[in-house]
Amino acid sequence: MLTKRIVPCLDIKNGRTVKGINFVDLRDAGDPVELAAIYAASGADELVFLDISATEERRKTLANLVLKVAEKINIPFTVGGGISSVEDVDILLQNGADKVSINSSAVKNPDLINQLAAKFGSQCITVAIDAKLIDGEWIVHLVGGKVPTKLNLFDWAKEVEERGAGEILFTSMNNDGTKNGFANEALAKLSTELNIPIIASGGAGNMQHFTDAFVKGKADAALAASVFHFKEIEIKDLKEELRKNGIAVRL
Amino acid sequence: MKIVIIDYGAGNIQSIKFAIKRLGFEAVLSNNEAEIKAADKVIFPGVGEASSAMRMLRQSKLDLVIPTLKQPVLGICLGMQLMCGKNEEGNTTGLGIFDAPVIKFNNSVKVPQIGWNQISGLRSPLFKDIKELEYVYLVHSYYVAECDETIATSEYGVKYSTALKKDNFYGVQFHPEKSSNAGEQILKNFLEL
Repeated sequence: MLTKRIVPCLDIKNGRTVKGINFVDLRDAGDPVELAAIYAASGADELVFLDISATEERRKTLANLVLKVAEKINIPFTVGGGISSVEDVDILLQNGADKVSINSSAVKNPDLINQLAAKFGSQCITVAIDAKLIDGEWIVHLVGGKVPTKLNLFDWAKEVEERGAGEILFTSMNNDGTKNGFANEALAKLSTELNIPIIASGGAGNMQHFTDAFVKGKADAALAASVFHFKEIEIKDLKEELRKNGIAVRL
Repeated sequence: MKIVIIDYGAGNIQSIKFAIKRLGFEAVLSNNEAEIKAADKVIFPGVGEASSAMRMLRQSKLDLVIPTLKQPVLGICLGMQLMCGKNEEGNTTGLGIFDAPVIKFNNSVKVPQIGWNQISGLRSPLFKDIKELEYVYLVHSYYVAECDETIATSEYGVKYSTALKKDNFYGVQFHPEKSSNAGEQILKNFLEL
């Protein structure tokens, strides 16, 4: 049976992890490769690296990092952040990334999704969508939720699927950082209306939130950062809890 | 031991190379007929779209070389599918090593299947020390139905072949190089065949 995926997300700046990461057993808390290996060993199903650097060198630095991660870890990983061309994706996949995630560049140039799907296959193209509930409507936002667009979440998600995305990573800006749980209603609607996997993101605070994202939100995977980085939730405990709740997980 | 990964411009082969390195071996990438034929083990990778992958194989004439190989050959993911016959993706025809056709998942399940699923009915030395219902990582929209050549199955809406074997040819739908310790064990088993 296909299992639900637990996906830790690492923010990367200039090849290093950012945000305080509370791993006492880590020799170098800023080393994404070491952190990735710990997550892989602790039962994470997949990893996401989100690059937030803004330097000229970013592309080369990121490609180097991807190569080092691929050398060390034996679970799949996705790379996102600032990817805007077929060439960007080609470099990352050639260096060992399994999937790439595109966000703003897809909104600005939707045809990029078609191009990427045609060249590399839908299975390695994740489209990330950040959205905020404003006056009862989910509006797609760019630049980490700062800039609103005119796009409705569900319309855009449907278009993204039709253009060939293999999966959607949906972050609710209303829930992100609150630790009050995922946006389960919107997730369930996405999951029902679309026929590609949906990754839930934004709002994880406790283990119940993950159960809710899978049961109420019908998500296929759930992504979180701080609850894992600060060891508020151990992945093994989380999976045992999910299994107790009747959710299929890899243990 | 000489291990060759067939290089025909398809997808992520870096990860396979690294996985073999973690097992203590070196693999070389090659599209050279003589070099491929001289290898002890051949890995046939593949990620992407079937008809364009077949086109690349034909361009390099590797479509004629692969079926003639005598040493153990392991097709991974699209590699396995290309070793089959009729393929619904891009309406193409594969190498015909396995008779079974390649079919698209129907819409009762989300397509592509992405994630960790279980393998069962394991019947091959390829799965030495692998337990029934072990988890492996899969990403695919098309599948091979159960057939005489099936050596492992998984379920996703339908029960289908997650591994095939015929003579010296092996195929796995999952990614052993991404399937954690179980995947590395399967790769090791292949290298020890």
